[in-house]
Amino acid sequence: MLFLIPALPFFSALVLILAGRSLNKAAVSVIACGSMGIAAAITLVLGLPFLQSGEHIIVQHLWTWMQAGSFTAGIDLRLDALSLAFVFVITFVGFLIHVYSTGYMAEDADYSRFFACMNLFVGAMLLLVLADNLLLLYFGWEGVGLCSYLLIGFWYKDPANGYAARKAFIVTRVGDTAMAIALFMLFQYTGTLQIQQILDQAPQLWAAGNSTIVLIAFLLLGGAVGKSAQLPLQTWLPDAMAGPTPVSALIHAATMVTAGVYLIARTHVLFELAPAAQTGVAVIGAVTLLLAGCSALVQTDIKRVLAYSTISQIGYMFLALGVGAWSAAIFHFVTHAFFKALLFMGAGAVIVAMHHEQDMFKMGGLRKQLPAVFWVFLIGSASLSAIPFITSGFYSKDQIVWLAWSSVHGHTFYWIAAITGAFLTAMYTFRMVFLTFYGPKASHHTPHAPGNSMMIPLYILALCSTLAGFVELPHTMGHVTLFSDWLQHILPAVQLQQESTALEWTSQLLAAGLTFLGIYIAWVWVIERPDGMLRFSQMPFMRWLRKLWFSGWAFDALYDEMLVHPFVRTARMNRRDMIDRIYTTLARITEWLHNMLARTQSGLLRWYIMGVVLGAVVILSVLIWRVYV
Amino acid sequence: MVLLYIILIPMFGALLSWLASARNIALCRWIALVSLLCGLLLVTVLWVSNAADPTPAGHWMYNWQQPWIPHFGISLHLAMDGLSLVMLALTFFLGALSVLISWREIKFKIGFFHFNLLFVIAGIAGVFLTMDLFLFYFFWEVMLIPMYFLIGIWGHERREYAAYKFFIFTQAGGLLMLLAILGLYFIHGANTGVYTFDYFYLLNTPMERAVAQWLMLGFLVAFVVKLPAIPFHTWLPDAHTEAPTAGSVVLAGLLLKTGAYGILRFVLPLFPAASHDFAPWAMLLGVAGILYGGQLAYSQPDLKRLIAYTSVSHMGFVLLGAFAFNELAYKGVVMQMIAHGISTGALFMIAGALYERMHTRELSRMGGLWPAMPAMGTVTMIFVMASLGLPGLGNFVAEFMILLGSWQANHIMTILATIGLVIATVYSLRIMQKVFFGQSERQYALPDLGLREWLIMAPLVVVILWLGVYPQTVLGTITNYELRITTFSAPHVPQAESSGRVVPVSDSSFVINHAP
Repeated sequence: MLFLIPALPFFSALVLILAGRSLNKAAVSVIACGSMGIAAAITLVLGLPFLQSGEHIIVQHLWTWMQAGSFTAGIDLRLDALSLAFVFVITFVGFLIHVYSTGYMAEDADYSRFFACMNLFVGAMLLLVLADNLLLLYFGWEGVGLCSYLLIGFWYKDPANGYAARKAFIVTRVGDTAMAIALFMLFQYTGTLQIQQILDQAPQLWAAGNSTIVLIAFLLLGGAVGKSAQLPLQTWLPDAMAGPTPVSALIHAATMVTAGVYLIARTHVLFELAPAAQTGVAVIGAVTLLLAGCSALVQTDIKRVLAYSTISQIGYMFLALGVGAWSAAIFHFVTHAFFKALLFMGAGAVIVAMHHEQDMFKMGGLRKQLPAVFWVFLIGSASLSAIPFITSGFYSKDQIVWLAWSSVHGHTFYWIAAITGAFLTAMYTFRMVFLTFYGPKASHHTPHAPGNSMMIPLYILALCSTLAGFVELPHTMGHVTLFSDWLQHILPAVQLQQESTALEWTSQLLAAGLTFLGIYIAWVWVIERPDGMLRFSQMPFMRWLRKLWFSGWAFDALYDEMLVHPFVRTARMNRRDMIDRIYTTLARITEWLHNMLARTQSGLLRWYIMGVVLGAVVILSVLIWRVYV
Repeated sequence: MVLLYIILIPMFGALLSWLASARNIALCRWIALVSLLCGLLLVTVLWVSNAADPTPAGHWMYNWQQPWIPHFGISLHLAMDGLSLVMLALTFFLGALSVLISWREIKFKIGFFHFNLLFVIAGIAGVFLTMDLFLFYFFWEVMLIPMYFLIGIWGHERREYAAYKFFIFTQAGGLLMLLAILGLYFIHGANTGVYTFDYFYLLNTPMERAVAQWLMLGFLVAFVVKLPAIPFHTWLPDAHTEAPTAGSVVLAGLLLKTGAYGILRFVLPLFPAASHDFAPWAMLLGVAGILYGGQLAYSQPDLKRLIAYTSVSHMGFVLLGAFAFNELAYKGVVMQMIAHGISTGALFMIAGALYERMHTRELSRMGGLWPAMPAMGTVTMIFVMASLGLPGLGNFVAEFMILLGSWQANHIMTILATIGLVIATVYSLRIMQKVFFGQSERQYALPDLGLREWLIMAPLVVVILWLGVYPQTVLGTITNYELRITTFSAPHVPQAESSGRVVPVSDSSFVINHAP
């Protein structure tokens, strides 16, 4: 049964590729959404035994993929609590996104191609999280990269979209290269790529801090930062919103960017053996969440704000992984999937209503015109900015903020970063809400309300974004640990350096206070005194900073200068292949010699006699020289 | 005898179709197609019957020997193991498709075209089967001359230049190989008193290290020119670009593979110690080819030229893996030969189909073709992805196994080669962008894939997917090759009484004996 979960989306994609053009839109929708729905249902059925205990494991061997000498890799699937959490989110949220897409893409001419790619995307991601060995995981990993390329560049007529698509594929492939080398090393030392065997062997093979395992962990991290859009490979994600909005929802919530989080959680044993790499994970997470938060603050495009917020939220997950709070990272992944899918699809509803306008400054006052969208978007925003008690984002993020400091791997710096990030998050989120839904009407368009196929998924996700948080409550408020207990057999519990209820309260109150402060500042900024803020932002230093943040800290320019331009320039220069020059030169010299010699055959007798005489003179001189000197 | 038929079928097909062309052009094409399909069928039957009844590893499936010039120890000696088998399957598969792809493209001297095409195939089949070095050299030349005509007569604008260049490069390499073959013949004769060109006798020729190195280089140069590895690759872009589509397919899909096959079959087993000494340099050449070829591919304005340079890049993996001296890499190399033959062959066929429609190979004059030709776009996407090594397609299996194997041998080379995968992404995606995406500038009347083209593309797609998800079909067939690898993988094999003596057991099979 397990194999059906990834097989169904793959099969549906295959049908749509082969027969898509001869099917009508209704049939395409039924096939695409149906396969996703059944996959989600199977997940629920298979997941039931897991509710009793997180220890349950399902393994399925399908066939031997490659075998040579001692190397074997199979098409083997494995479902445990960690993969189940991911599979559940991927199929369930994926299904909702598919349903939403039937509305969003209804007018598009390439309807079946879109759904074929979406199904393929989900299938690849399912393969990634269900893989029993790292090679199959790599299969899904690269498959996800391909589908992101296909979907980001879905509207292929605009070369800019194609550029964004290629950028996503190539940048993540840089990370994949690091990961591939990690696989080579793991195979060299353990003789297998089977994940459980590696995890079992690792503690015997390497002492903690051994330089080999540190290198391996760093290389895996390299793969993870590529797919998860973390520093220094985060540059592809903001451009990735060139694709249709449901694609962004899929990339940001259910698939792709969470792959890195999954990889690190899955191989957590290796990271525990490599403290330096684990610190690296935490530092990357902390720095990324701050940088991306700042960039989100100044964007004008509603989807770009959300893109930077994803980078920032994944940064939180990395921070949690880095401090050893494994289940907290997964918990944040689940809640984030709900509210980020909600926000993206809400933004999509706004964009469709505004006739494909994405600039927030051309929106405004939509609260009255699109009340339903406004409410679900507000719920998503509240969850993203972690408004206390009533949102799931609060419970998951709050856990990370607290553990960033109190875990044995924690550090005050992490905590400061996390809590500053919370402040930034609230500010940019509500700046977006206020710009879009409040204030004067900025556009002359009459927005048309989205239909049911788009709204119902949003309602469901709004419900989830609120309720999902209650499976895990902090010590100070009820102390429910359903989720982390459930994952405990796969991911060890976080170790605290000290437990202090008073400090935890302080941290929580501070975080809550900063959230509200952020919302207030956003209110002042956008609604109360926009002129004052405008003047403030026109100051020279602020303008410079704004530009820097707007460009995502100028990483694009840096990479262009450092890597892209030199490569393209040398490629252009050497277009005609300098090595060929050697041969053509050789040919030309031969030809020249031939011409020179040919010229001596002039047919003139006196030249021949001259030649004979000169030759004789030379030979005689040499002879005389040799005999007498 | 069955091995002889494999070579004779395309030869007779060649003659028959030439004769038939005087009366009926369609008949000529059909004869060519049917004879190659017969060959394919025959090879498939051999494959299936051997898969059903797996002989113990180390066995040769078929062996056939007849004296030819006994005075000089030359015989018609053909033998087939798993490696030959899979290469022959590829040969006839791509051969049949190249007849189909030329169905409309070739408009003059049709009989002579098919004669040449089938004769190249026969030569290639001979190369993959011969176990006599003299006969091997003979078939090596048989491949060359018809190919020269294919490029020189039916090629594009600069066909004569390209044909000459191809001929001079390969011929120069071939002559060095002939010298090395003769050297080996005399050394073996002088040392053992047996003057023979037979591969199995020459396998363990005792000789001085320096001599072995020179002879090894003689063989290697011929194969490396054919492969091609830098700095001997410059004939390839010209030949591939100027050749007619079928010529490009046979060149990229099959002729290059004879170079790779030669390394696996002759260079490494005949000169194990010398090859081992040379391994770092060979790997360096391979890696340089991967990176340099990749960058050149990226910068080409001509679609066929771009694809041609990707071959340089992909064949670098062959050199890297062949000299890694372990089984993983070897199997990867064989996979790479098959997968690259299919994927690059398919890309050349697509380039040919585009040329037929638009009469240009310039990327700048294409663009925005997706709406007109979604089916061709999808097929191209699959092969572009194969070219950049996407899992699920054959090339990934090959490249991953090569890298995994070469990592055991040399870390730095492997890291550099892995970086080549990023460059592969860059140039491969450029194809899709320049041809199918973006805005269409001019309005061509472009039909999508027709029935004949579907007949060509569908098997290619199925095979490349099959190789990607179930490569065991090939990997399982070539198991008996590894035995010989393990015998010469030790760095310094004691030559005289060492491993790998071949003892004829019966008239139909050979066993490789691991004498201690």
